[in-house]
Amino acid sequence: MAQRLYVSSKKGLLVYERDSGGAWQHKDTHFVGSPVTLALASPNNKTIFAALNLGHFGVKLHRSTDGGGSWTELTPPQFPKVEGGEKDAKAPTVNGIWAMEWAGRDKPNALWIGTAPAALFYSNDNGTTWTLNEPLQNLPSRAKWMGGGTVDTALHSICVDPRDSGRVAIAVSCGGVTLTEDDGKNWRVAGKGLRAEFMPPDKQYDPDIQDAHMMVQCADQPNVYWIQHHNGIFRSYNNLESWEEIHTAPVSKFGFAVAVHPRKPDTAWFAPAKKDEFRYPVDGKVVVQRTDDGGKSFSVQREGLPQENAFDLVYRHALCVDDTGDRLAMGSTTGSVWTSDNGGGKWALLSAHLPPVNAVRLV
Amino acid sequence: MTKVHFTQHLRHVAPGGAVDATGATVRAALDDVFARYPAVRGYVLDDQDRLRLHIAVFVDGTHVRRDVLDHPLPPGSELYIMQALSGG
Repeated sequence: MAQRLYVSSKKGLLVYERDSGGAWQHKDTHFVGSPVTLALASPNNKTIFAALNLGHFGVKLHRSTDGGGSWTELTPPQFPKVEGGEKDAKAPTVNGIWAMEWAGRDKPNALWIGTAPAALFYSNDNGTTWTLNEPLQNLPSRAKWMGGGTVDTALHSICVDPRDSGRVAIAVSCGGVTLTEDDGKNWRVAGKGLRAEFMPPDKQYDPDIQDAHMMVQCADQPNVYWIQHHNGIFRSYNNLESWEEIHTAPVSKFGFAVAVHPRKPDTAWFAPAKKDEFRYPVDGKVVVQRTDDGGKSFSVQREGLPQENAFDLVYRHALCVDDTGDRLAMGSTTGSVWTSDNGGGKWALLSAHLPPVNAVRLV
Repeated sequence: MTKVHFTQHLRHVAPGGAVDATGATVRAALDDVFARYPAVRGYVLDDQDRLRLHIAVFVDGTHVRRDVLDHPLPPGSELYIMQALSGG
């Protein structure tokens, strides 16, 4: 069960640890005052990566190899220089790090990073150097990708298959799902069945323009994936051959975050919000929607969560579950963080006074 | 020779104070500084070596707003690399 919680916030990376009594205790705040968008830690919490977006000064990447005792600034992923790019406003530059994952147990010191504009970068030297995945960059379907909530497209989800680390699925706003089965040498679109109701009728099932907000894969049953999409919830139970739309979400089908139980593929959590131009908790009540039967039905988890006048929005990386499936954490745009030790049946407020939360991660 | 000053916001990667640089344009002078202080480059320029959007450049007291990196630097110029207030 996870003993450490990383909270990436607009004003720093906050780290909490469980004490002997089972309470979360604040341990450190790193990069205080600076926007941290994502963090990634090794299972022993020795190696930690922190992605920063300094706005004026760009995207930065830092690494600690001593559990956060000291940090080294790395050269972040960068697009290759385009000839004449210094005069070309359209030549790409990394505007954000939107996904960061280990590349697999058989690839120590290797990581993937997803960015905005949507692109995938790989490092095999613990983040010291990064290489743009050119085959994905050259995929013809990319021509139809478009920005979602931002001008840029964003690659926000990276699912490394636990059976085979060469099989990697990525999701993009708005570019649907794309899959490689050979370590990124070749890619194919894997979004059959996704539906975009915000498109003209004849384009709604175009897999190349789908606004997947977040995609996750079940660790022990990796044939099963879940997506929180801009206009709905989708599940693939057949290893990305197709997706089925789930119509039973009781509070809202809109949201950003999804977490899947590591062993029970039919169990997943969602943080709903009022769609889509408003983006606040439905009726001002923060809830989590949980299904245990693959989306046939949902329970609505409220205990410990504010039930009036709340404006907490949960971003896509701000809801997570640990490797037991029992411990969860959730952070919000208004600086609240909650945790649960019983699968969300009861939530405990860790703080209501943090900066806006970009991401949480339990390790 | 140009005297180059960086905003205090960059003190952790930039020279501690004003530094002399050679080069007939803003870009050339910055390249000269970046050769000695490589960590500051990515804070001022983006992946394509364009000036980041919210960096303000002053040459001899004038806020240079167009074709900033190509702006000429007469001998003895003072070049300030500042954080613009745009963007919050």
